[in-house]
Parts: sequence; C-alpha cells; structure tokens
Amino acid sequence: MTQVKKQSEELDLVTIRFAGDSGDGMQLTGNQFTENSAIFGNDISTFPDFPAEIRAPAGSLAGVSSFQLQFSSKDIHTPGDILDVLVAMNPAALKVHLQDLKENGMLLVNTANYTPKNLKLAGYEQNPLEDGSLKAYRLIQVDMNKLVITIAKGIDLKPKIVTRSTNMFALGILFWLYEREPDSTIKFLNEKFAKKPEIVEVNTRALKAGINYGETVEIIRTTFRVPKATLKKGLYRNIMGNQATAYGVLAAAQKSGLEVFYGGYPITPASDVLHYLSAYKHFGVKTFQAEDEIAGIMSTIGASFAGDLAITATSGPGVALKTEAIGLATITELPLVIINVQRGGPSTGLPTKTEQSDLLQAMFSRNGDAPNPIIAPYSPGDCYYAAFEACRIALKYMMPVFLLTDGYLANGSEPWLIPSLSDMPEIPTRKVTNPNGFQPYTHDKDTLARDWAVPGTEGMEHRVGGLEKSDGDGNVCYDPMNHDQMTRLRHDKVEVIANDIESAVPFGEESGQLLILGWGSTYGAIRSAVELAIEEGLSVSHLHLRHINPFPANLGDVLLKFQKVIIPELNMGQLSMLIRSKYLVDAIAFNKIQGKPFTLHEIYNKIKELVEG
Amino acid sequence: MSIPLTKKDFVSDQEVRWCPGCGDYAILSQVQKLFPEFGIKKENFLVVSGIGCSSRFPYYMNTYGFHSIHGRAPALAAGAKITNPNLSVWVITGDGDAMAIGGNHFIHLLRRNFDINILMFNNRIYGLTKGQYSPTSEPGKKTKSSPMGSLDYPFNPPSLALGAGATFVARSLDREQKHLHGVLQKAYEHKGTSYVEIYQNCNIFNNGAFSDLTERETKMETQLQLDHGQPMIFGKDKNKGLRLNGSQFEIIDIGSQFSKDDILVHNKKDKNLALLLSDLTYQPEFPKPLGVFYEELKPTYEELLINQIDNAKVNMPTANFDELIRSSHTWEIK
Repeated sequence: MTQVKKQSEELDLVTIRFAGDSGDGMQLTGNQFTENSAIFGNDISTFPDFPAEIRAPAGSLAGVSSFQLQFSSKDIHTPGDILDVLVAMNPAALKVHLQDLKENGMLLVNTANYTPKNLKLAGYEQNPLEDGSLKAYRLIQVDMNKLVITIAKGIDLKPKIVTRSTNMFALGILFWLYEREPDSTIKFLNEKFAKKPEIVEVNTRALKAGINYGETVEIIRTTFRVPKATLKKGLYRNIMGNQATAYGVLAAAQKSGLEVFYGGYPITPASDVLHYLSAYKHFGVKTFQAEDEIAGIMSTIGASFAGDLAITATSGPGVALKTEAIGLATITELPLVIINVQRGGPSTGLPTKTEQSDLLQAMFSRNGDAPNPIIAPYSPGDCYYAAFEACRIALKYMMPVFLLTDGYLANGSEPWLIPSLSDMPEIPTRKVTNPNGFQPYTHDKDTLARDWAVPGTEGMEHRVGGLEKSDGDGNVCYDPMNHDQMTRLRHDKVEVIANDIESAVPFGEESGQLLILGWGSTYGAIRSAVELAIEEGLSVSHLHLRHINPFPANLGDVLLKFQKVIIPELNMGQLSMLIRSKYLVDAIAFNKIQGKPFTLHEIYNKIKELVEG
Repeated sequence: MSIPLTKKDFVSDQEVRWCPGCGDYAILSQVQKLFPEFGIKKENFLVVSGIGCSSRFPYYMNTYGFHSIHGRAPALAAGAKITNPNLSVWVITGDGDAMAIGGNHFIHLLRRNFDINILMFNNRIYGLTKGQYSPTSEPGKKTKSSPMGSLDYPFNPPSLALGAGATFVARSLDREQKHLHGVLQKAYEHKGTSYVEIYQNCNIFNNGAFSDLTERETKMETQLQLDHGQPMIFGKDKNKGLRLNGSQFEIIDIGSQFSKDDILVHNKKDKNLALLLSDLTYQPEFPKPLGVFYEELKPTYEELLINQIDNAKVNMPTANFDELIRSSHTWEIK
C-alpha cells in the first residue's frame, strides 16, 4: 500500500458551511464543529440559517437548512463572507449555497442524495456532479449512505435510520481536515441519546468512519491547522444570543433582589427566551405562557404592578399586538422590559430571517406621545449585558424599556468570557413601604421616576390606570396643563437617561473622513471591515450605539467631527431617519433588506467607495 | 387587636361619576359592604378592570386598583396573582369588555382556574360609547349602530363560562341587594376562578332590560332561585317548579298531579344540569335562574405553580447563578 504523504498547513481563518435538507441535521452538525472549535481555543462566530417551515418538502429549495461558522486564531467578529468549505448534502443545498464558495474551495457532497428526483426538485437539468460545471472547486464526492450502512452492520436499525448518521460522517471528514479530536462530539452523542445506545453507536461509528475516510482517501493530501486564538484570559463558554438574554434577565433579578416574572406567547425567533427562563424555576422564575401576545404583556404589567421584575419577549408582529399595552405601562409608569427579537417584516414577513426593521416601531408605535428607552446588544454574548442594562433602566426610571435583539444575534453564537455575578452592579429598586406622605405619582427630581408601592403594602393603597393622572396624587385628571406637564415628564424621563449611560467613543480616530455609525447585530461586519480599512491606511472610524433612545449625550458632537457619516442597517434607513432629524447631519443610509446580515466585504467596499471615490 | 374594617374604609375619596340611577351604584355599595366582612387587610385587595362604565369601579374602591385597557383585565389580574398569590383579586368587567373585545382573556382565565373573582356587569348594551348593541343584546335590537335591528345572535354568558371550564358560575341582580351579597360572598369563598354575572340596569341606554326580573309584579314568576340541595320552586305562591323530561326542562304545578317531590333538586356539582339551566337564559317561557349554577373544586393555577417552584427548589441544583452559567462546556484561556 502506498503511503500518502501527509501535509499540514497552518491557516489563521477558515469559513465553512454545512448545508442540507432540514432533516439532514445540519444545525446539530454545525453546533458540534462550533463546540469543538471553541474548546480547541479558536475564536468563532456562527450563523445558523433555517427555513420557516418545520418540515418543508424533502429535497426542495425551501427546505434547505444551513449552518455557517468562521473559526480563527485571530479576534473575529463575523461568521465570514466567502466559504472555504461547503458541505452540500443534497442538490438543493448545492443550488442555494454554491455561489458563496470561493474558487478552488472544497465542496463535499453526499452523492447518494443526488438522485434524478432531487436534482429535478433543485432545478438542475443535468447532474452538476457529472456535467463539469463544478470544475472550479475541489469536489469530494462520497456516497455517504452506502458507507454508513456498511459500518452499521450488526446494529439493529433500519437503513432509513442509519442513513441519518451521514451528517456525522461529513463532520468526521471536516474534523480530519482541520486536525480535530472528536471527543466532545462523542461525549455529546452519549448524553443526547443516552437511552438509545444503538443510535449512539451508529453515529459514533459514522463520525469515526468520516475521519478514517479522510485519512485514506487520496484526493485530500493536505490537512489544516487553525491555531488557538489569543483571546483575553479567563474561563469561556460558547453562547447564543437568546440564552445570553435570559441570563441577563436572571442576573438583574439577582442584583435587584426581585423575582422574575415572564409573560409571553411563543413566536419565532424569540421563543427560546421563554424556553430558557422556564427552566429556571429553582431560581423562583415564574413563566406564564399566555393565550396571546396581548395577554403576554398584560400579565407582565400585572406582575410589575405587584412587584416582580417583569419581562416579555416577542418579535415584531407580537410587538404590534402589544402596543396598546405598552402605552398603558408607559402612562402607569411601571417597570418592564419588552424584548423584541427582530425578524424580517412587514406582517409575518420572514420569520426565521434577521432584520433591524422594528426600530421605528419601538420608537413611535404607541398612540399619543409615549416614548420608551431603547437598548440594542451588538453580539450574542453582549445580549447578556444589554438585557441587564434594560432591566436596570426599567427599574431605576420606572418605565417600559425595549431591548432590540434580532434573529442573527438570537441564534448566532460566539465564545463568551463568562462574567461573575459579583462584577455586575447592584440594581436598587424604587419599592417603598413607608406610607407617610406617600403619593403614587410623586416624581424623583433627578430620575423623574415615581415610587413603587406594591399591593400588599399597608397604608399605600392607590389606583393606577390608562386615564391621564394628576402629577402627585395620581388621581384621574383631565386638566389641560396637567396633561401638558405629564406628557413632557414622560418625554423628559427618557431624556435624563442620557446622563446615566456611557458616552459615545468611536473606534479608530476621533475625527476624520468617514464615520460608520451602527447599532445592533451589524457590529461584527462593521468592525471587521473598519479594522481592515484602517490597516490599509484609510481614514475611517466606527461608532456602535447601544442606547438608541436616548442617544448618548455627546453623539451630536462626535458626528460633527467627521466629513461623512454612513449608517449601515438591515432596514430602509430607520436609524438614519432618527439621526438626520435629531442632528441635522447628512448621514448616508446604506441598506440591506435580504433577511441576511451584512458581509464584511459589503461594508468594506462601501468604505472604499466613500473614502476613495 | 386591630379595629375591624367597615364599609367606610373601602370608600375612596373619588367622586363617583356614573349616571344617576345607574345599577352600578348598588353593586359598588354591596361590594364595599362585603369586603370588610372577609377579615382581609385592606392592602391585600386588588381590584382590576378594563374599559367601560363598570370599569371605573376600581377608582371608587379604597384598595389597590388598576383600571387597565379594554378587555385585558383578566390577563393583568393573572400576572398580579402569580406575583402575589396572597392578594384577593377582583376583576370588574362588563358584557362588552368581557364578551367582545376581551373574550379571549375571559375564557382563558376561567380555564386556568386562578383564585380570582370576576364580576361581569351585564346590561346588554354599550353605555360608555353611548348606546350600541353588545354581544349579549337580544337579536333585532334597535340601537344607534343597528337602526334596523341587530343581526347578532347573543352569547349566553353562563354557558360560555361553563364551556370554558369555569369552576364557579353564578348570577345575581343589581336590584336584589341581599341576594347579590350572598352570591358575592360565595364567590369569594370559592377557591378558584369565580364568575358572577350581575344583571345591571343601564337606565340611559337600555332602561328596563331586566324589569321582568326586578319588578315586584312579575319577579316571583320570572326568578328561579337556585339553592344547592333545594327543589327548583318558583312562583308567587311557590307552587311551580321545574322537572326534566328527557333532556328538556318543563314547568309543573304543585297540586293535584305533582307534589314537591317531583320537582328537580338543584345540585351545583352537576355540570350537565348547570348547562341546562344556563340554556334557560333566552327562553321566554321559563323563569331565569339566579344564584350558584355550578361549583367545582380543583387545584388553582397559582397552587400548581407554587408546587412546581417548590419542587424545583428541592430537586434541582442549588440556585447559584455563577454555577448556572458555567454549567455548559467551558474552557480556560491562560
């Protein structure tokens, strides 16, 4: 037997994408590679992308599910633009994703699924594996079904079940390609299928077979190493945005001495926040799956009035339904956090795709003048800090607060330097128990917040409601000047928060040719592009807003120090509209509304155009 | 020893602004009279409402109160009850608030069986918006929004409540103060969601909607008082009663042909009977049942939730936040 000379090459950055039918287990496969890379010590960034249909027709374009992952020895902020490796488990996956594979990139296919029927479903007239159209790529064709059936001999499972382990075979090939040990996945399989030893066995064999296949097949002569990243020292884990959001809420409860009440209704892509919180009953977390979105927030308002840290999470359509109730929480000046995990709109829109198009909804959707603070995290791990901050603001200023995450943050993941609860600040509440001189609508002169006297507290019985209230005693009041005063007070309550948040400090130079102003999940793509542009000597800086209402107090001054300001957003220019109207700055809107995040190069090319053009 | 509370303790300093002659005054007065009888501290009452004439109620009660938005009071009450199960929570609603815009929250509160009391003031009209037909208005009703007569078939509120899984269903009248007092007392005592429909006269937009039931000349013939374990007798001379013929009620006279023993005895634990009784609501030839239609005991939502939380605290790892967020795979960068 000829010994193939093995070569090993070092890389600092790799982007791979697993794509297949919804039933092919691509999300699980991607998560396993992510976990493995994280444990190995790479910096990682992921982008899961799956159809809205739970079971779209097998083999159809609509049913393609994918998971993209970038891993690196450097500090990275995005899941990558162009693929080094594409795993296309069926023709539909190939059709949808081939365009993102770089020239000479590696293309791994499971030939068993390239049947005439599947080719037709994907819209191929001819089999691309045979017609020479894939010449630009390093094509690796494996009949994975046949191989896993061979290695499953002696295991009492139907072939249909056995072939479900082809994803593990594909994972095995990639583990081999990037010189990885499969231990974490074998451990995972043992835990996940603890009650089905034969499933553990067939998947473990498939995984190892994939590794062995890589070692013996001659087509791949080189394997690759991506060394550990030099991340900040400390203990890490992998975290997804929705999980971090749930942790942030729980941390705020611990730091405020309150219990969490969560009222909500399941909706993609926010449901995981409910799932996570419902598992923390031992922390005293009370979750209430209400009959609809409206009941979700109304129960939350009831819980807030009664003294809990009250939270609801939803997505844009849900916020639309909750809007009247948010007005009620605004006029009754009760603390609660409304988490909007944004998705493509309008209406049902693109339920599983990401977008930032609910910013103006958060700003303006209530009837009447009813401003609410808006906070947006910029990465999956940052959801923890942003959720904590939203709770802090709600409790300190006694008002509903919007937390705007999105589908990309919610389902994306990154390594997370695990914080300690002791590092988080205490959150004092405005709960009062001394009835002397108590008036429900007396407002603190600094924060403009009213006190929080909860039912059950002796001597402080009072009524709140949706009718305008008299400043001070809180009785129903139709007096014109009182309404003027209360409307201004609700406005000022948001404005004073600007004194309580971090100033705007751009990344890069403090002044120059171009400032990129962003918010939310576009952080990674913007920061990577700006880093690249600065390396090349371009005059460009990056400012990313966490607080959108109110803006940081010095934002106007910062904007004036740049010749041009560009605002990339996954919407038609919503932050742009706010910035232009407030600061009269001729900000340039850069918009993408494709249900997908910006790529690094889209931003980078725009920078070049604006600076050099 | 604290001084026992009186009605006066529950009267707020707010001027009551219902129309003179409105049935709501009588209900308010009865509730203010009743609350001190429970021996509960004033601060442990929470009165919640939606929108409508009846929903101004919390402002007039010197307790904690929340005047919320149209139809949504049950959901708000549920959240408050979960947060503080010790509160005695009262939802004040009307036929528009509970049956139209808030129908969804109404039925879901009932099925979950929180220990919350719902008082639905049914005047079969929209009062606050000045006189449109409601979901309990009779078919053909001529109102501002139905000049040629309403095309809607009405809800039958007790049937709706029973269908939604209510564990306490009762009916009373604004004009029958003693009766109302007794029914509200029983609603309070019931552990679980208590639904009380209160026929209430809107003297401006639907005056006399229940006059057959409230006027001295007719009420003995039109009221059927339901008492658990008692025969369903009615009539000025207490000589009429109901019995079942198959699954239909029929009216029989006590006298030569039938005796008192032939009259059906009310059993508030019999849901089928309650459904048959509620079906009499719109049958003109029959008297209208008042009192407790149905009562069933089963665990309340908040009891079940507290049990889950208690079990979680015993059976799950100690609630340590730092341990929780380190409970997945971790790795150290040195």
